Amino acid sequence: MVSVLLMIADHRVHYLESVRASLATIVYPVQFVVDAPVSMSNWLGDNLTTRATLQEENQRLRAEETVLKAQLQRYISLEMENMRLRRLLDSTTQLGDRLQVAELLAIDLDPFTRQVLINKGLQHDIYVGQPVLDADGIFGQVIHTTPLNSVVMLVTDPGHALPVHVNRNGLRAIAAGTGNNQKLELLYIPNNADIKAGDLLLTSGLGGTFPAGYPVGIVTEVTPDSTQAYATVYAEPKALLDQSREVMLLWTDKTLPPLGGEKLDAKLSAKAGAAAPASNAPAAAAPAPAVVLPAPIDIRNLPPGEVE
Amino acid sequence: MMPYTTRTGTGAVVASFGIAIVLTILPLPEWLRYLRPEWVTLMVIFWSLAVPGRINVGTGWLMGLVIDILYGTLIGQHALALAVVSFITARLHQQIRIYPMWQQALSVFTLVALNQLLVVWVKGIVGQPPKTWFYWVPSLTSALIWPWIYIFMREVQRRYKVMDERTGT
Repeated sequence: MVSVLLMIADHRVHYLESVRASLATIVYPVQFVVDAPVSMSNWLGDNLTTRATLQEENQRLRAEETVLKAQLQRYISLEMENMRLRRLLDSTTQLGDRLQVAELLAIDLDPFTRQVLINKGLQHDIYVGQPVLDADGIFGQVIHTTPLNSVVMLVTDPGHALPVHVNRNGLRAIAAGTGNNQKLELLYIPNNADIKAGDLLLTSGLGGTFPAGYPVGIVTEVTPDSTQAYATVYAEPKALLDQSREVMLLWTDKTLPPLGGEKLDAKLSAKAGAAAPASNAPAAAAPAPAVVLPAPIDIRNLPPGEVE
Repeated sequence: MMPYTTRTGTGAVVASFGIAIVLTILPLPEWLRYLRPEWVTLMVIFWSLAVPGRINVGTGWLMGLVIDILYGTLIGQHALALAVVSFITARLHQQIRIYPMWQQALSVFTLVALNQLLVVWVKGIVGQPPKTWFYWVPSLTSALIWPWIYIFMREVQRRYKVMDERTGT
C-alpha cells in the first residue's frame, strides 16, 4: 500500500523532506487561520497599552540596558583575553554566533511529542538540526523546515537527547527528554559520580549539533541505586519551555549561511588568527577587531565575526 | 422531487473537513489537550457512513496525509490509519446506520481506537511509542461527542443535499 511505502521512504531515506515542505505550504493557510486570533489579540494588546505603562516600561528597559551594557563591557574584555590566550595556546578560536528571533505559532501539535511550530523557515536559511535557544537556555532543535515555518523538537521530547557536561567539574552526560516539560533525564551516570542537586548543566558541544557552553538545566534529583549500574538523575530545563513565545535560532561558525556571496570556511577562519588575515578572509572580515556578542538581538545583520 | 446530482453539496463536505482540521490544531490548555476528540476521524467516519459512494478510502487517505503534514509525524502514518477506518465504515455503513445511538457511539469508539492503534503501531516501529495511557482518551471523548456530531451533521447533510447513488434519504 502507498502509505506503507511513503512511511518507509520518509523514515529511512528522508527523500520526502522536500515533498513535506511543499505539502506544508498547502496547509499553511490553515495554520495561519488558527494562529490569527492569538496573534491578533497580542497585536491589540501591544497597541492598546496606555502611555503610562509604556513610559514605565521604557524606563525599566533603559535601566536594564545600562546594567547589561556594563556587564557587556566586562564580557568584551574577557572575550578578548580569552581569544588572546587561546591563540597563545594555538588552539581553535571560538567565533561568535549569529542569531535570529522567531515566534512560536499558536498551534497544537501531537500532545505526546514535545514539538512546536515557529514562524521562520527555509526562506530565512533555517536548516534541519539547527539549535534553538530562548533567553534562559537551550530550547530544542529544528526537525522539519518548510519555506515559511519549521517544526522545533524541544529538549524534553522523548525522542531527544543532547550531550551535556556539569559546569562544576566537567563530568560528561547525556540529557534525554522524558515527555514532561519540567524533566530531563541524565543517562549513564555511574553511582559514584560526583554530581548533586543544584549542579548546572551546559552543552558540551560533543554532538556537533549544539555549540558548547550554553545552559541546559539544573540537576534536581540524584538517586544512586546500588542494584543498578547507573544512578537515576533528573534535571530541570533552564529554558522556559511552556512559557516562551519568542525563541532564538542560532548559527554557529560552521553552519553560517553565505553572507554577501561568500562562505566562510571554519578551518580558514580558525587559522586566520595566526596567519595574515587579509589573505584568508578578504571581504567579509570586519575592519575592526570584531568580537561578535552573543547576547543582543540586533546582531543578526552583522557579518560573521572574524578574529584579527 | 428536486434534481439531485452526486456533486451537490461538495462545498459542505469540504467545509466540514476544514473546520475539523482547524479544531485539530486549535491551541488548548494543557489538561484539555489529552481530551481533544479526533475531529478529522469523526468527520471521515460520518461522511463514509452517510455517502460511502463519494467519501471513502481515498478521502480518508488524503485527510490522513494532511494530519501527518500538520503534526509533523511520519508521512503516511495517519493516512494509513484513516484509509483503513473509512474503508471499514463504508463497508459496514448499512449496518451502522440503523444502530441506535448508543450502539453507534460504541462502533465509533471502536473505529477511533482502531485508528489510534494503527498510529501507535507505526510509532512503535519507528521507536517513539507514547508512554501514558492518556494516549487512548481521545477514543473515549470521540465516542461521547459522536451523538451530537451525528445529529448536527445529519442536519447539514439534509440542508445541503449531500447525496450519492446509494443514499436513500
